[in-house]
Amino acid sequence: MKIDTEYSAGRLRVLLYGELDHHGARYAVESIGEAIDNYLPRDLVLDLSGLSFMDSSGIAVIVRTNRRLQLCGGRMRIECPQAQPLKVLDASGIDRLVPVRVQREVTT
Amino acid sequence: MKIINQIKLEFPSLSANEGFARSAAACFAAQLDPTLEEIGDIKTAVSEAVTNCIVHAYPDTIGKIVLRMKLCEGGLLEINVRDWGCGIGDLEQAMQPMYTTGGEERSGMGFTIMESFMDTLKVRSDRGKGTNVSMKRYIKQRKQLR
Repeated sequence: MKIDTEYSAGRLRVLLYGELDHHGARYAVESIGEAIDNYLPRDLVLDLSGLSFMDSSGIAVIVRTNRRLQLCGGRMRIECPQAQPLKVLDASGIDRLVPVRVQREVTT
Repeated sequence: MKIINQIKLEFPSLSANEGFARSAAACFAAQLDPTLEEIGDIKTAVSEAVTNCIVHAYPDTIGKIVLRMKLCEGGLLEINVRDWGCGIGDLEQAMQPMYTTGGEERSGMGFTIMESFMDTLKVRSDRGKGTNVSMKRYIKQRKQLR
């Protein structure tokens, strides 16, 4: 899997590409954690538009990212999941913890 | 029920094989002409079952995993994931949502997702002898729907 980040004015967008499973989860947690430590963002958007597959390992990545962000006073949301990752997100009930938006949210 | 085709794949419990196993399962299931959603469901369930073997059955060693798939008449797909690892002590507890012994790297949602993405899920486990996960999924026969 591949991860890109974009930062602007307190907002960090983390873009995930490829497939997120247990094999790639540790890399994802470390990469996202480094980006949080570097930028200390107020808001983090996990952009899943480039993620073609995710299993429950991805849920653990989201929970850990959310916990890490809360420690530095930030908040996160998930945007643009493709159909398969969206179904896993729905089955896990993660939206009770982290908002899930099927489209990119316009921020001002 | 008459078996039309079947496969058996044996591979070591390396995490790099998670992607291989679910892709192989998707390729085999493609004979049933499934929808993209059905393919996604099969890949997800296989990925969860294989990951459980890697993380829980063989936590400190590399062991053998066998993935068997049968394609039966009427669009039935049977998936079997077997390991010879440490087994599950309390199966009822292990199948509870959010329960995990895998630390914060795991969400505890594996069995819940297998259950919700497949039509049936059966788990048999013996402490010290291993675990067998059997799943069934009926693939809608689109030719019959026309």
